[in-house]
Amino acid sequence: MTTQAVRPYLAAFRARFLLVLQYRAAALAGFATQLWWGAIRILVFAAFYGVNAAAAPIGLTDVVTYVWLGQALLALQPWLADPEVGQAVRSGGVGYDRLRPLDAYGYWYVRTVGWMLARALPRAVLMVLAAAIVLPLVGLGDWAWRPPSGVTAALLFIPAFILMTMLAAAVLMLANIIVAASLNERGVNAVLAPLVIVFSGSLLPLDFYPDAWRPFLHVQPLAGLVDIPFRIYFADLTGNAALRGLALQAGWTVVLIALGRFAMERMMRRLEMQGG
Amino acid sequence: MNALALYGRYIVTSLRAQAQYPTATLMLTAGHCAATSIEILCVFALFHRFGSVGGWSFGEAALFYALVNIMFSLADLLSRGFEVFGTDFVRTGAFDRVLLRPRAAALQLAGYEVRLSRLGRLIQASVVLFFATNLVPITWDAQAVAIALWAVAGGIALFMGIMVLQATLAFWTVDSLEIMNVLSYGGVQAAQYPLNIYAAWFRRVLTFGLPLACVAYYPVLAILRRPDPLGAPDWLLPLAPIAGFAFLALSFLAWRAGMARYASTGS
Amino acid sequence: MPQILVEALAKTYRVAERAPGLTGAMRGLVRRRWREVHALADVSFSLEAGELLAFIGPNGAGKSTTVKILSGILRPSSGRVEVDGLVPYEDRVRHVARIGVVFGQRSQLWWDLPVIDGFDLLADIYRVDPERYRRRRDELVAMLRLEPLLDQPVRQLSLGQRMRAEFAAALLHDPAILFLDEPTIGLDAPSKLAVRDFVRRLNREQGVTVLLTTHDMHDVEALAERVIVIGQGRLLTDGPFESLRASVLAERRLHIDFAGTAPELGIPGVTVRARTERSLELAFDPAKIPTPKLIADITARHAVDDIHVDEPAIEEVIARFYDLHDAGEA
Repeated sequence: MTTQAVRPYLAAFRARFLLVLQYRAAALAGFATQLWWGAIRILVFAAFYGVNAAAAPIGLTDVVTYVWLGQALLALQPWLADPEVGQAVRSGGVGYDRLRPLDAYGYWYVRTVGWMLARALPRAVLMVLAAAIVLPLVGLGDWAWRPPSGVTAALLFIPAFILMTMLAAAVLMLANIIVAASLNERGVNAVLAPLVIVFSGSLLPLDFYPDAWRPFLHVQPLAGLVDIPFRIYFADLTGNAALRGLALQAGWTVVLIALGRFAMERMMRRLEMQGG
Repeated sequence: MNALALYGRYIVTSLRAQAQYPTATLMLTAGHCAATSIEILCVFALFHRFGSVGGWSFGEAALFYALVNIMFSLADLLSRGFEVFGTDFVRTGAFDRVLLRPRAAALQLAGYEVRLSRLGRLIQASVVLFFATNLVPITWDAQAVAIALWAVAGGIALFMGIMVLQATLAFWTVDSLEIMNVLSYGGVQAAQYPLNIYAAWFRRVLTFGLPLACVAYYPVLAILRRPDPLGAPDWLLPLAPIAGFAFLALSFLAWRAGMARYASTGS
Repeated sequence: MPQILVEALAKTYRVAERAPGLTGAMRGLVRRRWREVHALADVSFSLEAGELLAFIGPNGAGKSTTVKILSGILRPSSGRVEVDGLVPYEDRVRHVARIGVVFGQRSQLWWDLPVIDGFDLLADIYRVDPERYRRRRDELVAMLRLEPLLDQPVRQLSLGQRMRAEFAAALLHDPAILFLDEPTIGLDAPSKLAVRDFVRRLNREQGVTVLLTTHDMHDVEALAERVIVIGQGRLLTDGPFESLRASVLAERRLHIDFAGTAPELGIPGVTVRARTERSLELAFDPAKIPTPKLIADITARHAVDDIHVDEPAIEEVIARFYDLHDAGEA
């Protein structure tokens, strides 16, 4: 990637950061909200663990890290279809008649990845400060965000993180295309957020759901958004299991990208035939 | 036309506007129902795995969950004007027009945009209430119903008070702040579990700071005819919801201060 | 006893200072510096019932601030304001029930509601007696030709139509006083004429007191005999518009098309403002050189095809006035 290609993203990031600083009250408030959210969820877990910790599939300290990680990387979750992308794709559809559909998809895909990362980075940094550094300093180390459990876990987390982002972008692209094709933003969003929150593992690590659901939960595409990468982080998934997890993330990413490209091509063909 | 009648008029007007788009309204309601239902899924999963918590079974916990969500959904339904006060009124200068009308500003805001879709939360909470009644089981005699209605009233007052505070902040910061969601949505998140499961310091916050315990915990104990595991006296339990109204009254004091500030600094 | 009384009105704001750039923004997080903005300083005037007053001034001069204080939305820093015996910002509910306010380009009507439904809702809000409301509504609908628009949701109306509905909405409760804040801004020519005509009739036939702020000098020309000019928060002049014009730019302009090439005239006291190959635009003071004499002088010595006389445009007068008083945009 040349520096030229990176510049717009850097500029967008800087602009975003300046904007965030400008509305300092709003920025801090948003962060405080997330801290609180994480805290409540941890308090609830702590209450249940206090009663019957043996029943839990993951240790409490790992669950705490899971929650903080989730809050830090919240912006990487594909919760809401962005109607503007759908609009732009629709209106740009005719203009791209000279280019192959791949370029349109590719362009918007990269933009989505950049947008997600730009939003996630400031929050993640603040969250690291608060949950990983400040908490231990004030003696609440038990409730802190722990670093990856070991070198292997840390190394494996890198591809897991990259795949998690790519998967999220693929999901969001598909959602945007469905919105653009059907003009039904509300319908898609109504379904998308709850689905993603439950099946990615945002709401609860997937192993907390009834055992009978496990086989399905572990292979469905959204598991790669939160559950798999986070469990790799604190070495709940190790060795071959971790590699299987990465393969699952990668596989679903490829499938969803292919689906997205196909859907976009069909939609643009249809637009061209209608005259756009 | 007196204030209450005008409030009714505002609500009818808002509903008629939404009735123009029946499919969209229906879908939004269904979507909101789905989005809020995932919380009970979480409660269920945790109870299913851990067995019980704080001495409560799933059915009993579900009652706490249902009532909090019912009271919040109704407050949410009626306080959109306060929720978007910063972005839709202060930032745009539309609040000036509110002030140019010979009616209390709060009344006009309360009647602004009654979103039917928020009933989605009410629907799933009612379903949960039905299941809780069967699971425990709960006897809904006159006393229990009275306490429940009283608790819901106090809860609506409490959550509306939070929304009024959220709007009041906008007088200083212009934009509606996310942080107040900590109190409203965060409050629901915390109170949907029986509060005795939390550590002492948090319980004290939820009793004396933001009196969620008074509308969502003590009255439910009274309905279930269980003594408070933490030792609050039995007579207190059904009376507690009054704290919600006290909270609302205090919020309005802050609101008046905010209005006075707006009058001297403009938009 | 004047209906509107303003005495030594002053309004000062504190505004946060923000240094530019990334470091400035960061410093702004830690410490804020304030400076004082004097939006209004020592403004005094009064209006009798039934008067029509135009309030003009450059952007940021304090016109909107004055209207907001008079309507009761804003509290002044000092000074005395009385409208119809009430202090606006202290008796808000009673005061606003007696006034109507129209903001240019902004509508108070509900976006998704048909116009007539919006009117009905306003009648309830203002507690207008149903019989009086119906009469007044029908009268306004007729005056503003709103009949075909009544069933349409406001969002479907053009700006001109919306502003007409807006005027009706502001008058449904029969206020004695009407504040207009840039009411013709953004309107097309026919709509502007309609608005001016309506306001004139309202004031002359129905005796509604009107205070109008505007940038459009043709509004002033069409409507106002009395004009107040505000600059940088201060009242610069208060009186008939003609006196303003006379004091600032007592000039006539003479446009002459010559049969041959435009000559060098060399007449003392006459300035050449513009010159093309065959025409001249001259400026002169009619008090010093009577217009007929100047025309006679020129036509006696040169062959002339066409002549016309006019005065400088209002915009020019006002701009010159702002210049003279150093009242330019803050």
